[in-house]
Amino acid sequence: MSHSNSAIRFNPAAKEALGNTQLRSNFRSAMDGLMSKRLNAFQGWDLEALRDLGAAIRHNALRQLPDLLEQLETQCQQNGIEVHWAEDGDDACRIITDICQQRKARQVIKGKSMVTEEMELNHYLEQAGITALESDLGEYIVQLAEETPSHIIMPAIHKNTEEISELMHRKTGTDRRPDARYLTHSARQQLRQKFQQADVGISGVNFAIAETGTLCLVENEGNGRLTTTAPPCHIAVTGIEKVIPSLNELPALLALLPRSATGQAITTYVNMISRPRQSDELDGPEAVHLVLVDNGRSEIYQDEERADTLRCIRCGACMNHCPVYTRVGGHAYGTTYPGPIGKILMPQLLGLDQTPDFPSASTLCGACGEVCPVRIPIPDLLVRLRSDKVDGNSLTRNPTRGHGAGKAGLENTVWRLWSWMNRQPAFYRIMIAMAGRLRVLSPRRLGGWTRFRTAPRPAPKTLHQLMKQRPRTGQRP
Amino acid sequence: MNSAIKLYPAKPEHVYLFGTCLIDLFYPEAGLAGVNLLEREGITVHYPEDQTCCGQPAYTSGRTDAARAVAAQQLSLFDQPWPIVVPSGSCAGMMRKHYPDLFAGTDQQTQANDVASRVFELSEFLLHVCQLSLTDLGEPVEVALHTSCSSRRDMATADVGPALLGQLANVTLVEQARAAECCGFGGAFSVRHPDVSGAMVQDKVTALRDTGATRFLATDIGCLMNIQGHSDTQPEPFEGEHLLSFLWQRTTRAEADQ
Repeated sequence: MSHSNSAIRFNPAAKEALGNTQLRSNFRSAMDGLMSKRLNAFQGWDLEALRDLGAAIRHNALRQLPDLLEQLETQCQQNGIEVHWAEDGDDACRIITDICQQRKARQVIKGKSMVTEEMELNHYLEQAGITALESDLGEYIVQLAEETPSHIIMPAIHKNTEEISELMHRKTGTDRRPDARYLTHSARQQLRQKFQQADVGISGVNFAIAETGTLCLVENEGNGRLTTTAPPCHIAVTGIEKVIPSLNELPALLALLPRSATGQAITTYVNMISRPRQSDELDGPEAVHLVLVDNGRSEIYQDEERADTLRCIRCGACMNHCPVYTRVGGHAYGTTYPGPIGKILMPQLLGLDQTPDFPSASTLCGACGEVCPVRIPIPDLLVRLRSDKVDGNSLTRNPTRGHGAGKAGLENTVWRLWSWMNRQPAFYRIMIAMAGRLRVLSPRRLGGWTRFRTAPRPAPKTLHQLMKQRPRTGQRP
Repeated sequence: MNSAIKLYPAKPEHVYLFGTCLIDLFYPEAGLAGVNLLEREGITVHYPEDQTCCGQPAYTSGRTDAARAVAAQQLSLFDQPWPIVVPSGSCAGMMRKHYPDLFAGTDQQTQANDVASRVFELSEFLLHVCQLSLTDLGEPVEVALHTSCSSRRDMATADVGPALLGQLANVTLVEQARAAECCGFGGAFSVRHPDVSGAMVQDKVTALRDTGATRFLATDIGCLMNIQGHSDTQPEPFEGEHLLSFLWQRTTRAEADQ
């Protein structure tokens, strides 16, 4: 198969992760906990009806996306929020850096934002001489470790308390005390000072409300509120798909998001940001910016089937329930978004030629689709991407970027033969009957299969043969 | 959006059996057990000789055109308006859930939708259409059941296995840890991603063995081959079989079996 040299490979990283017993046990216990918390959180709810509602809200919002974005822009501007449009990640980084430089900012404090991970904003800012500090505890730990998040909601979930204690001791001089309370308290003390010094606060957005120009941001640590209120300037960054029509749609989505993500009925903080500080107000930033980032999303939007990917509200439930993610963790994917949502989103953002292993790295067990609060048909989209990868469906109209990357080679011939044989019933019957007759010759080694299993052996007689010998009901003695 | 509701027909006199290629080749006794159970309920089973494969292997490998061509071959086999029963969850899921998508916008759309609406998992059909009532003739035994992900999620039949086994007085069903988790088969996944697949099947065999059950049952041949294949590499034998084979053996005298 022809893949570009820069392609991200899943298998070697997955194999390495599988060999790391500490990592595996960290993920297993964390994911088990999250699954049971989610289940408990939805007790007493009509979850299927709520998921229907969540799916409908996101589906309908996406169908009117261009209009909603225009409305959001107008409304935000009326509220005094400056709106910027970024075509890709670099564009967004430039816009954000320009705002920082105009304010002569040296220090930036950040709330959790996956879209800024997507564009590697911290790196970009650093090159412009601006220090960016992550204030979400998980992101803070990941930044100390010079790693990337391994989960979109719990970025440091791959580390246990001992590992975090050791890391913080090494990097910040805290005591070697693997005690979550102590470590959290130490991090908080260090961060509190930074909030006061920061020139700019950068945050993500969970839902952008078009009708009122409100930015909704959920979080548990209060770092989001500090990031968006303590520094004199707040820059909110979001993908263009996060917009919803009005506040009426918010309660259902807020009922789904924290319950699906962490099993919480509601997050500790729900921030509703509508405008900069007014003359009669005592706190809040004097300037608020909203950066709307496309970065490949409008291409996904063009295809009706693939557009369902954009419903995502970034809860991470698909990861928590994925038997593959649970075993290898987020870093094995090597991309910003790991797990099931990553497997459908990243190939569409980066191209199938860059992510050749992603569509196939699933058993299609359906656990992700079953828990998705907005009913993204993740297994169906994985099949769609598999098909685009080999240009396997002549009825497909908008194939994914980098489509056809895996269509060359022996496999094509194998499938052509397979298809032919299964359309020649008489030939098929002869072939499988022969497999039964020659069963002693059946191979003992079958590539990857027999590394963990014995090879299956054909039965002496096929069902076709046995059924032919058998009298019909009522004709039996 | 939520399509969990399924309408069952009244008990018919005739059904079609779609045997599936894996049962045809590797586990024909599971197919025969299904036929025996249906016939004992007074149903005439028709097995169209020209059936091959439902097309699933190609479909899940992204070879959609190849899958459609092979599936089209099967569509033409079911002229009579009888239910089509399938002794494997994933093939049933392919036909019931994915045929309508596969043929959407083609000349065979109507035919595909008609076939799809008549497809049932064989065990589901026994329970919900035949209202099967089983009399256990076997010795006391503890079994564990692995319900396939397709049975659970595509066919929504996870309740069927436990309900049928629950009718057997001397059979105790013991539930393994993380019962709803995939066994790691996933068709080509097991070959394309052998390490992850291997880790998953190791965990599944451990969970099944840890129940203390003397054997395990499966509702899908893919899972059965995967789980049995791995447990066969271990020193202690741990035998599995298809749910239908087990149900037939438990409820028939040895001499009547064939």
